Amino acid sequence: MNQATVKRPAGRGGRNLELPEHLKRYKGVWVFIEHDRGHVHQVSWELMGAARQLADTLGAEVAGVLMGGPDEPLETFAQEAFGYGADLCYVTRAPVLAGYRNEPFTRGLTELVNTYQPEIMLLGATTMGRDLAGSVATTLQTGLTADCTELNIDPTSRALAATRPTFGGSLLCTIMTLAYRPQMATVRPRVMPMPKKDATRSGRIIEGTLDLAESEIVTKLLDFIPDASSNKINLAYADIIVSGGKGMKKPENFELIWNLARVLGAEVGATRPVVQAGWVEAERQVGQTGKTVRPKLYIAAGISGAIQHRVGMEGADAIVAINSDPNAPIFDFAHYGIVGNAMTVLPALTEAFRAHLAARSAGGVVAA
Amino acid sequence: MHIVVCIKQVPDSAQIRVHPVTNTIMRQGVPAIVNPYDLFALEEALRLKDRFGGRVTVLCMGPPQAEDSLRKCVSFGADDAILVTDRAFAGADTLATSYALASAIRQIGREQAVDLVFTGKQTVDGDTAQVGPGIAKRLGLQLLTYVSRIVELDMDAKKIVIERRAEGGVQVLRTAVPCLITMLENTNELRFASMPSMINAARVPIRRWNKDDAGIEDIEKIGLKGSPTVVSKVFGPTPRTEKAEMLAVEESSLRDVSLNLIQRLFTRHPGLEQQLLERSDA
Ligand SMILES: Cc1cc2nc3c(=O)[nH]c(=O)nc-3n(C[C@H](O)[C@H](O)[C@H](O)COP(=O)(O)OP(=O)(O)OC[C@H]3O[C@@H](n4cnc5c(N)ncnc54)[C@H](O)[C@@H]3O)c2cc1C
Ligand SMILES: Nc1ncnc2c1ncn2[C@@H]1O[C@H](COP(=O)(O)O)[C@@H](O)[C@H]1O
Repeated sequence: MNQATVKRPAGRGGRNLELPEHLKRYKGVWVFIEHDRGHVHQVSWELMGAARQLADTLGAEVAGVLMGGPDEPLETFAQEAFGYGADLCYVTRAPVLAGYRNEPFTRGLTELVNTYQPEIMLLGATTMGRDLAGSVATTLQTGLTADCTELNIDPTSRALAATRPTFGGSLLCTIMTLAYRPQMATVRPRVMPMPKKDATRSGRIIEGTLDLAESEIVTKLLDFIPDASSNKINLAYADIIVSGGKGMKKPENFELIWNLARVLGAEVGATRPVVQAGWVEAERQVGQTGKTVRPKLYIAAGISGAIQHRVGMEGADAIVAINSDPNAPIFDFAHYGIVGNAMTVLPALTEAFRAHLAARSAGGVVAA
Repeated sequence: MHIVVCIKQVPDSAQIRVHPVTNTIMRQGVPAIVNPYDLFALEEALRLKDRFGGRVTVLCMGPPQAEDSLRKCVSFGADDAILVTDRAFAGADTLATSYALASAIRQIGREQAVDLVFTGKQTVDGDTAQVGPGIAKRLGLQLLTYVSRIVELDMDAKKIVIERRAEGGVQVLRTAVPCLITMLENTNELRFASMPSMINAARVPIRRWNKDDAGIEDIEKIGLKGSPTVVSKVFGPTPRTEKAEMLAVEESSLRDVSLNLIQRLFTRHPGLEQQLLERSDA
């Protein structure tokens, strides 16, 4: 891997990096709107915000893509999409599109791209989005950049400049698809901020269907077992997260994390070594190979702040770090740092929060 | 039954260091390992072989040194190992990689028909999770990603039932064999290498295929030429300009530090305090 900015990559390895004439027709930024059992996945609206910015830079339109079965409320979703910045929505309905399956969705999305020719297409880096994006990009023989953390338009080429972590998050790289269209990218939930909704916006709906019979589809969906709501851990969308690392020393000490979380109504997060040691469930891992989170408050106790952890949580509005080592890397990007022993700081902090909130909700003034 | 497992050799990223000035990866001394996610795929394939009999072929595209990783897989019980290695493959992105691997699998199938192809969920260096779906598309195989469990495999009826992780739940899918499975992590536990297979691994020949052996038909589709994506810039994460406000514990009591933090926090983020208060009202 070379480090220097490649100014003029054309001709490298005999590659043609000029956009062929017939692909110059491709216009507009698309967002694949993921929905399941009556709800749109929030990542789709986050992408809509990003798509709006890209399209405004290009002077192009934003389109949402909705695919589903005959009884699904796709028009309602389209109205929502307009509120979040879409100018139009392609709504494809067919019985074979009820419930996600790779084959019919790949067919449907590929046909739509070939008909309406977008220059950029964004999908959420979810189990659905990643499954679909890989198949569609291979069918269309175009470039796909996975798990991007930043999307921009390169001013010279006007191509999508998609930035993503590489080498386990140690480095970032910017990737472009110069000679192929559409330029495809996936983005993880919570990487992009949620855009503001403007309920007065409206847009056009372009309806379509998919000419594919159930008998032609090999894979059958036998059942869907929803996660029990009792063990649903919604870390990605939690407003407040209290996380613990290996510096908590023992699984019993993690109780201190839970105590603070209870007072704040927070979710509990953890680093990878903590998950690997079995102290908490794998769904609680924050970072490169865990969840990306974007809470209003992230309290990190006994966490060194390795880059693989950082990439998952640096989007938090406020980061508080408690670490006994004043040189721990986490202090390089935390907003507030407490150098001290988490085992004593956490109980004090828990008590202080409890007392403060109790006093404030009683209408009292809190002594500083 | 014949199963092909795609494995990649990757640098152990836990040990990667980035040069502080040039922002380049310091590869020297960084050990190469089998991509950890691929070991779940290998174990699942070996379990099927234990139940149904047959063969497991491991396939890797990479530099000559990747032979070590293939040998490792043989020590766990794989029967045959193929290293697809050629300078022409250098610089491949996921589209070009899936083309090369799909050609190689087709070639393997000419020796003995392939019933299942396994890949890992993703690699730790590329981290894209696209190569598996890419191979499936190119071979016209049904794709099953994020598989957490193989529920049923009927080799006479050529049918398989699996569970896959989806958003908010688990999908139970039935499809036809042959198909391609990308295996979810932590779904099984890798066996220990047995003594006989370790001995076998040391002497088993690792077959090396160049682009012709791998049956590459269109050289425009491999390596850098076959890769639509262009890496335009590689850089290190930017340090935050603003340093953390530090509250040292030694100077005051823990209670004071906590109150101090809460006050600064809520002064800067009044909405947060409001939200917490509304919650405790409810
Ligand atoms: C490919 C790859 C992917 C990875 N993905 C992730 C990921 O998604 N998420 C993730 O978190 N990690 C990930 N990692 C691991 C990552 O590199 C780090 O190893 C990990 O984040 C460190 O966890 P930690 O901070 O809990 O432990 P350590 O690095 O061991 O840090 C413990 C910290 O606790 C402090 N401490 C010790 N005692 C106390 C005390 N009494 N009070 C307060 N502080 C104390 C220490 O000073 C130290 O800073 C990944 C690694 C690789 C190679
Ligand atoms: N060079 C390679 N050789 C063999 N298998 C690979 C190679 N690259 C990727 N794979 C397989 O494809 C999966 C997904 O890789 P990736 O798309 O890079 O995240 C991996 O877990 C491997 O099983």
